[in-house]
Amino acid sequence: MTVTDRTFGVAEIPEVSVAVPDEDGHGHLAELRTDPVALLERVHAECGPIGRFRIADKEVIMVTGAEVNEQFFKAPESTLDQAAAYPFMTPIFGHGVVFDASPEERQQALKNQALRGDQMRGHASTIENEINRMVADWGEEGEVDLLDFFAELTIYNTAACLVGLPFREEIDARFAEAYHGLERGTDALAYVDPYMEGVESFEIRDRSRETLVALVQDIIDRRRVRGPVAKDERDLLDVLISLDMSADYITGVFISMLFAGHHTSSGTSAWTLIELMRHPEVMTEVVTELDDLYSDGSEISFQALRSIPRLESVIKETLRLHPPLIILMRQVVEEIELAGHLIPPGTIVASSPRVSNRLAEDFPDPQSFDPARYQDGRQEDLQNRWTWIPFGAGKHRCVGNAFAMMQIKAIFSVLLRDFEFELVQPSETYRDDYSKMVIQLQRPCRARYRRRQA
Amino acid sequence: MTLKAVADLDLCQGHQMCQGEAPDVFGFDEDADVVVVLQERPEESLRPQVTAAVTYCPAMALAIEEE
Repeated sequence: MTVTDRTFGVAEIPEVSVAVPDEDGHGHLAELRTDPVALLERVHAECGPIGRFRIADKEVIMVTGAEVNEQFFKAPESTLDQAAAYPFMTPIFGHGVVFDASPEERQQALKNQALRGDQMRGHASTIENEINRMVADWGEEGEVDLLDFFAELTIYNTAACLVGLPFREEIDARFAEAYHGLERGTDALAYVDPYMEGVESFEIRDRSRETLVALVQDIIDRRRVRGPVAKDERDLLDVLISLDMSADYITGVFISMLFAGHHTSSGTSAWTLIELMRHPEVMTEVVTELDDLYSDGSEISFQALRSIPRLESVIKETLRLHPPLIILMRQVVEEIELAGHLIPPGTIVASSPRVSNRLAEDFPDPQSFDPARYQDGRQEDLQNRWTWIPFGAGKHRCVGNAFAMMQIKAIFSVLLRDFEFELVQPSETYRDDYSKMVIQLQRPCRARYRRRQA
Repeated sequence: MTLKAVADLDLCQGHQMCQGEAPDVFGFDEDADVVVVLQERPEESLRPQVTAAVTYCPAMALAIEEE
């Protein structure tokens, strides 16, 4: 190799300081498991556009800023591999279930099924129905746990839209709860060993997966007793049963289908409501916008697909400040050059939506909640396509983002039509729990609602 | 200034949303699974449609250039 005498390799990339003592020899893993935001912010502050930290035996090279992010997001699949960078997902999906399809396969899947543009209207109507069911027993006023509520609602939405309405009718809160247990199993300790003994979050993860397989097995058994149904009444589960797949494998397929769209939409919905409650003047603007929009009696399933500028700006600003994934990672398969450094195969490279979304050079006054950023003339999301990255960017940009936006617009069209909301706790006590790679709201996270008077 | 509609075929994921927003400007190549720009320099009257297509493209694959 002639590469060794190059001036700029990995060794010349600055390494971030250590803030949380490393007692197990796993480098920055301890901080990644307790305060990852501080770690990622410090990588940028101390190292600039390219810096590094270490988790277990992996060097992680983190890039920041439009120029290097573009290199990162434009790299082909053959150079940067997604699946290998997320070892904590393998025990969740199960063996033999793919982490993520290639961009070509994703495109094919999009063409054939649930996420296509022309399917959206049906999904919007399905989602409207699900929200109405969730709030049916709310009464005139009360309190709601935002984590529980949105986690359960988005499980039903994604199951109904992606797997099918019959399957949705066969699951209940037990499914949502077990699914949540899986998400709690995304501990970064998996970088050392995803099957490590004696780790509580891994034990919960494995028990939760067994519960899901048992629930799906029950549904399969009932369908086998029932016998085949007419073609137009079949859902994806009927198709997979007809292919003689095991309950374990089918459950893995469903887990992987629901995963990307669940905690992300659930968290973003909850944070959208929290930011609206924190900013009553913005809440008033959005409620007025929705009241005007629906004053002609138009259907939510129609409007949720159309432009709702103020609400959309609020969702975008929520995504900028609270991106559901704070770090996006790839494993280097073929040597790649980033910011003038040659990065060898086996290294993990990363970009952080949490850090990029708050760069002062791209987002003036970056810490402030300012939905006006997305108004005509500013459009800070479109202007900064390599740093406004709550959905990632490039060929791997979240394929479900149009579905997600439609879903959240539909959710708030119903919730804000029927209810008023206010904070129950001091504003600053609403925060995320960063102890797992899948970020969730930290409890308590309650809101008070009161039915609107006509 | 005239309006120019631009598509980045490396970014297009084939959602086909732009055909809903601006059907006279954007078409779809079924074989290649990507957007086709039918009118590179659409009339000014189509600007709102093209702007909506750019805003709502889930892949951020579209842009307007001013000439």
